[in-house]
Amino acid sequence: MFTAVILFTVLGSLLGLGLGWAAQKFRVETDPVVDRIDALLPQTQCGQCDYPGCRPYAEAIASGEAPINQCPPGGEAGVRALADLLGLEPLPLNPDNGQEQPRRVAVIDESACIGCTLCIQACPVDAILGAAKRMHTVIEAECTGCDLCLPPCPVDCIAMVPRQSPWVWPQPGQNARLAASANVRTAQAGGG
Amino acid sequence: MTEYVLILVSTVLANNFVLVRFLGLCPFMGVSGKIEGAIGMSVATLFVLTLSSMSSYLLSAYVLTPLGLEYLSTLGFILVIAAVVQLTEMVMRKSSPLLYRILGIFLPLITTNCAVLGVALLNVQQQHDLLQSALYGFGAAAGFGVVLIAFAAMRERLARADVPIHFRGAPIGLITAGLMALAFMGFSGLARL
Repeated sequence: MFTAVILFTVLGSLLGLGLGWAAQKFRVETDPVVDRIDALLPQTQCGQCDYPGCRPYAEAIASGEAPINQCPPGGEAGVRALADLLGLEPLPLNPDNGQEQPRRVAVIDESACIGCTLCIQACPVDAILGAAKRMHTVIEAECTGCDLCLPPCPVDCIAMVPRQSPWVWPQPGQNARLAASANVRTAQAGGG
Repeated sequence: MTEYVLILVSTVLANNFVLVRFLGLCPFMGVSGKIEGAIGMSVATLFVLTLSSMSSYLLSAYVLTPLGLEYLSTLGFILVIAAVVQLTEMVMRKSSPLLYRILGIFLPLITTNCAVLGVALLNVQQQHDLLQSALYGFGAAAGFGVVLIAFAAMRERLARADVPIHFRGAPIGLITAGLMALAFMGFSGLARL
């Protein structure tokens, strides 16, 4: 019996170590350009750029499929930052994708909410809390102001109001520089 | 030479793993909705089964049998097959992104497939040597692939057919699989091992 225990311990450890070593050795680097483009995008996940989220849009920019002027939440400042990064000419925002607006936040008129959960399903960042036939509410700190919850609401009880506190939502493991730049952009947008 | 041909004919047709031995039925039902997916799955299975037959033969012949631990072959085979498939996936991802894109999602799926383990255990049971084991695995996977692709082609047509409402989806799929198994019974006796 001890042979079996020892054998499988050794076999398991060897295979585990081997796989760990192989994972290091054969690691595939993802395209660093995509990461850097993604870091400049506002992470609202609003889909106004015609891509499902910021990361897919970053991939499309990196592969040359999409121009850099399709991100209204990023605004002109975002386009300039992207142009600097990629060495391109800054373009005016494409009006087909929407207008640049100050940072906003969704607010649910709680007396009118019928608890249909449609806005919960539409929210790309899970910022709406609620359950079927229960009142819903927006977690202000999580809301990116993407407007995606407005169309599905059957009773039009969601309003977009300008955000009071600056919106900072750093990605996990991201450096403080980005948080700071988001702050600056928010301040600019709020002031203008 | 005849022996090797016999192994191939036997595993692909006469003792088809899916329709005669009823192994690997979940990918057979699960991945047969579209013919592209079925082809990807078949190629990945071909790859994994050949590799896993060889590695499990080596484990059994050089480690388990000398130590008298044959009763642990199921456990050992799972361990080695899973590790080998993982390693293959990593190497493939690094060295051949194209192949990885075709097979990538299917590789880990197959690892714990009963057909993979079945082939490894049958190899031990039938006392195959290394080459025979590899060929047996290859043949089993080829048989699986042929049947899977044929079945996927039929299901693509079935999706447009006017099936009675209670039979739509899985029921008509299972009936079709049963009819295919019946047809494959015609090959029995073609090769006997």
